[in-house]
Amino acid sequence: MAALTGLEQVTAAAPAAPARPRLWRGAVLLPAAAYFLVPLCASLWYTVHTPGAGVSLAAYGELVTAEGFARSLLLSLSLAAATIVLVLLLTLPAMLAVRLSAPRLRPVLEVLCTLPLVVPPITFVAGIGTALRTGADVLAPTPFWATLIAAQDPGFPVVLVLAYVVLVLPFVHRSLDAGLRTMDVRTLVEAARNLGASWPHVMFRVVMPNLRSALASASFLTLALVLGEYTVASLLGYEPFAVWIVTVSGSKGQVSVAVSILSLVLVWLLLLAMSGALARRNPVTAHPVKERRT
Amino acid sequence: MTRSRGWLGALPLLAFFALVFGIPAAVLVAGALTAGGEPSLANITQSLQGGYLTAMAGSVKLSAVVAVLGAVLGTLLAQAVVTSRSTLLRESVLTASGVLANFGGVPLAFFWIATLGNSGVVSGLVGLPTGALYTFWGLVVVYLYFAVPLMVLVMAPALDGLRPQWREAAANNGATAWHYWRLVALPVLTPAMLGGVVLLFGSAFSAYATANAMVGTVVPLVTLKIASALTGDVLVGHENIALALSLDMVVVAGLVMAVYLPLQRRTSRWLH
Repeated sequence: MAALTGLEQVTAAAPAAPARPRLWRGAVLLPAAAYFLVPLCASLWYTVHTPGAGVSLAAYGELVTAEGFARSLLLSLSLAAATIVLVLLLTLPAMLAVRLSAPRLRPVLEVLCTLPLVVPPITFVAGIGTALRTGADVLAPTPFWATLIAAQDPGFPVVLVLAYVVLVLPFVHRSLDAGLRTMDVRTLVEAARNLGASWPHVMFRVVMPNLRSALASASFLTLALVLGEYTVASLLGYEPFAVWIVTVSGSKGQVSVAVSILSLVLVWLLLLAMSGALARRNPVTAHPVKERRT
Repeated sequence: MTRSRGWLGALPLLAFFALVFGIPAAVLVAGALTAGGEPSLANITQSLQGGYLTAMAGSVKLSAVVAVLGAVLGTLLAQAVVTSRSTLLRESVLTASGVLANFGGVPLAFFWIATLGNSGVVSGLVGLPTGALYTFWGLVVVYLYFAVPLMVLVMAPALDGLRPQWREAAANNGATAWHYWRLVALPVLTPAMLGGVVLLFGSAFSAYATANAMVGTVVPLVTLKIASALTGDVLVGHENIALALSLDMVVVAGLVMAVYLPLQRRTSRWLH
């Protein structure tokens, strides 16, 4: 709404400009604003207003004290952290290797990182579920059986981390690829190696600082995906945050909408934190450009 | 020395992929093509008949409607924002799109149930008939809530890439705005738009959580059928029907993606 008043002022300031495009823009923006804001406001009102009982914040209080809130949120966050670490540990070395010394593997890697997009999560979980059941039968007499069971521990299901790594692989690959495109990896790595830097030093002090924004966006996407992921977790029978919301909604409508608002705010805060972290770094990288201009 | 290191760097990912993606995929295909312990096409045949076929058609129709509507509306919104002089508007819409495009699943369903559901805030005000949200078009309205922002995110960079010089050159050659859009801008934007359509189709096609929380089994969708088959709601002897349905889904999604990948390369040639 504030943005629309801003546009009207522009009209007054520059009367020479044709008026038609602005009308058109209002006709697009107004319905869009209504479509996106009405559910937000309505949900907020739904959580605080009970017909006949007036306005109260009881739903939010009840939410924080509800059975399983902290446990499921903690599980989701730790799954997200493990997924981020694992997916970066797997993809970053592979993508560097492909650029530095094994260019023939590059198409292979691109195809592999696109395949999960073709496979809807529900079909993936159908495959995983069947594989786990078959695996338990096949591996029963071997020591691997214990590993397979341990990976399905409801306290911290490693199976979910593995599945999530596959699901986020395309997005992580795309953002890291965009980041690597902006720098001359080969020169940087060779220069650092010639100056006597060890491989870990090259990774952590040379490559990763240059990939900061790509790593941040990859992590954000992973975090958002894992926090909101319902299909795989619910069908494999685990209860992270997104599944818990449904469990709790069966009994308390207001509480579940309150959780939904919280999870939207959470995604929004994460995005803000990421872009804030990037904006603070930006002046450093943007500085040379500015100097050249003056 | 470096060569062997290079292979080693890619090895963990390849091994991981073979294990975590390869095994379930192989099990899925093998299961879908097995009935009663023998190789057969019975599951596939059954998955393309009766209620299962209706569900597949419903999913494809829903995804196509969401993809086309979302693409048109998202492009219009992106154009309105990109050409605006207000950086505040631009930044806030793009940030909101980033949030909403990543906001799906069950919370999205609850948002709309609280708004337009049977005891929703707005449905009482506008006198919406009971159950209007829990229909095909109700699902379309809900899915557009993430599809339009996703399209804005896809189209904003592409629209930014349209150089003013192109418009000026067209105008100098006597082109009207209509000529410019039809002969210059739209051909350049087409790959990005089609890519967006495919992306929207894919995300609507594979969405399960929102539909499950909203409509249960009222609207037949293939993801809901797979889930109910996985949790045991099948006839005896047809346990592998979920795997066959999954294979059908992968084939449909694969066909759609096959359109997308070459297009992506064409986009990058003109823009950036």
